[in-house]
Amino acid sequence: MTSKRILITGLSTYWGGRLAQALEQDPAVEAVIGVDKRPPKVALERTEFVRVEDHHSLIRRIVQAAEIDTVVDTRLVADSIVTSPKLAHENNVIGTMNVLAACGGPDSFVKKVVFKSSARYYGSEQDDPAFFTEAMRRPRPASTPIERDIVEAESAVREFAERNPETIVTTLRFANGLGPAVRTSHTRFLGLPVIPTILGFDPRQQFLHEDDIAGVLEHAVRRDLDGVFNAAADGVLALSEVIDLLGKLNAPVLPPVATGLVLPLLRRTQLPISADMLQHLRFGRGLDNRKLKATGYRYRYTTRETILKLREHQRLSPLRRGVREDYRYEGEVEEFLRRSPSVRRPARPEPRANLAAGAAPATDGPSAPPGYADLHAKEVIALLASLEPAALRALRDHEAAHAARKTVLAAMDAVLARERASA
Amino acid sequence: MAEPPAALVPTRGPNGGSAAGEPDLRDFLPGIEPDREIDDWGRSERFADLFDRTLIDFYYHLWFRCTIEGIENVPADGPALLVSNHSGALPPDAMMIMKAVREEHPRRRDVRMLVEHFFKGYPGFSMLLPKLGGVAAHPANVQRLLHDERRLVLVFPEGAKGTEKLFKDRYRLRRFGRGGFVEAAMRARAPIVPIAVVGAEESQPVFAQLGLLKKLTGLAYTPLTPTFPHFGLLATLMYLPAKITIRFLPPVPTDDPGVFGEKPWEDKGLVQTVAQDIRATIQEELFDMVGKRRSVWF
Repeated sequence: MTSKRILITGLSTYWGGRLAQALEQDPAVEAVIGVDKRPPKVALERTEFVRVEDHHSLIRRIVQAAEIDTVVDTRLVADSIVTSPKLAHENNVIGTMNVLAACGGPDSFVKKVVFKSSARYYGSEQDDPAFFTEAMRRPRPASTPIERDIVEAESAVREFAERNPETIVTTLRFANGLGPAVRTSHTRFLGLPVIPTILGFDPRQQFLHEDDIAGVLEHAVRRDLDGVFNAAADGVLALSEVIDLLGKLNAPVLPPVATGLVLPLLRRTQLPISADMLQHLRFGRGLDNRKLKATGYRYRYTTRETILKLREHQRLSPLRRGVREDYRYEGEVEEFLRRSPSVRRPARPEPRANLAAGAAPATDGPSAPPGYADLHAKEVIALLASLEPAALRALRDHEAAHAARKTVLAAMDAVLARERASA
Repeated sequence: MAEPPAALVPTRGPNGGSAAGEPDLRDFLPGIEPDREIDDWGRSERFADLFDRTLIDFYYHLWFRCTIEGIENVPADGPALLVSNHSGALPPDAMMIMKAVREEHPRRRDVRMLVEHFFKGYPGFSMLLPKLGGVAAHPANVQRLLHDERRLVLVFPEGAKGTEKLFKDRYRLRRFGRGGFVEAAMRARAPIVPIAVVGAEESQPVFAQLGLLKKLTGLAYTPLTPTFPHFGLLATLMYLPAKITIRFLPPVPTDDPGVFGEKPWEDKGLVQTVAQDIRATIQEELFDMVGKRRSVWF
């Protein structure tokens, strides 16, 4: 099935924002709607943001009113540093239940649910296999609240999949993401000038570049992937190797026994190490990413390349500070940009001027706006949304009579159909 | 659309796929990154090489003066599960077998050894063993090593029962686990190469087990040997200079459908029988070698 009307829950998370940015570029996607408690952190062109607590009746109303066919749930918090255990539980377990409740039911339009989970599902234990496959369970029950929540949330998703066999349910277990825009306890940990490790342990660790996070989510929206998939870059690195690549100092200062006792000390020194990260620093974790690769996804970065990218970012970030301002969401500005008739919509001003001038009321037969023939198919498609229906119809005739590029024609038809539907 | 539709993407590689139409995941193993010194299992080329050229080389050539027989029984390519008897308080046999395959085998193949999970919890060992090619003995790990990566894997089915047995029980094989190693080899369709090692028993004989010390230290086991516990951790490197002979026996195939059927690993009786046969083969070979050897030391 093709996803046309997509709801992203957790739009203000890094994953949700990146996914929305990727999806709104595609003219075949009719609507992208994002819900969250907080405003989005990235600039979005046509994604509509609705501020909603994850209350199921509200989400359900949005799903039904917008005839959403695909729900991507990116809310899951897997990092205990960023919230309190109570909030995390509220978000991960209760929130997931609410979102799923909004998607189910006989009258629902939802055909596909993509759930962003975490590799924390597997935990890090002494008797782990070197590479977790999707069919494996964690060898011991979860010991930290956040891991318990993830296991619980996933079982809710599994139950939903069983109850709604005709809905495609994708669960993606992500390895720890790294990149310039991701802020987790791991990026903070690897950003320390001297990296504390546990004496006598050199765990195997695997990461995922932020571009691949967005890429995998988009892949799951575009393809029909039923079931659970691990998402982790190729290559499992020893922590010492990671520290070497980053050009940092490896300080094996955490005691190998009774490591938990130093936790209060770490908290006082503001070191971003929590109880559940200690397990990861002791035993590490590796994922078998081949099931996702077999569906056609190609990772853009290996774990090693991800680390090298992070190093680049770490070196440049003090120089870049303040050069570019962070995006801030202003509801009224966004509203104005999207709805006001005074706004000239398309992003690229140069070709738009040409198109708008030339494609005004069609005169005798299909006429070409000046410079139109020089535009690539992709550029044309990007501009379509900005045109008046009449101009668009004229342009379609022109395209059909001349270059007749299939992709362009299809995109034009899609835009026209959408306009007809909304009229 | 940024990506081609599903129908255009080849989901089957050179290895074909299973009958169910599932793609063969072996085609999707990560590529090798030439700049890395450590592989995905945690083995460090540089460290293993350094260890090999110094300490292991000394023990192999000068201290234990290892003699190798039947190295041609180790396949030149493709997977194989090497199964050996296990002995000595801190057993030298694993390192010597790995060294033997690296030294004497025409293809100088690299062997991964299966180690107990509890080593992963020991500081130091947890770091050291993976660097030298140790992999936790998890069925999924064995399957990936043998079936997917087509490597040589060394396993000691006796496990800790072999190393903690007392000197009076030398060369008497312990129980071969639950036959898990046979199951793993059958699943991976890899032949089993039995190995008999003589000499390791005398290199670090165990006279008694010190139960109280074990309780106090929390170690996996605390044997009384000629050097432990009075030399402490140094004793782990103190071996008596016994002569070690390693004999590789002809491989036992596990993938013959005429003999074993389609899914032989599901037949627990068959698995146990094969495990017993291999145990008996190694036991007989050990008695033969011990009976005929000139001396413990030369």
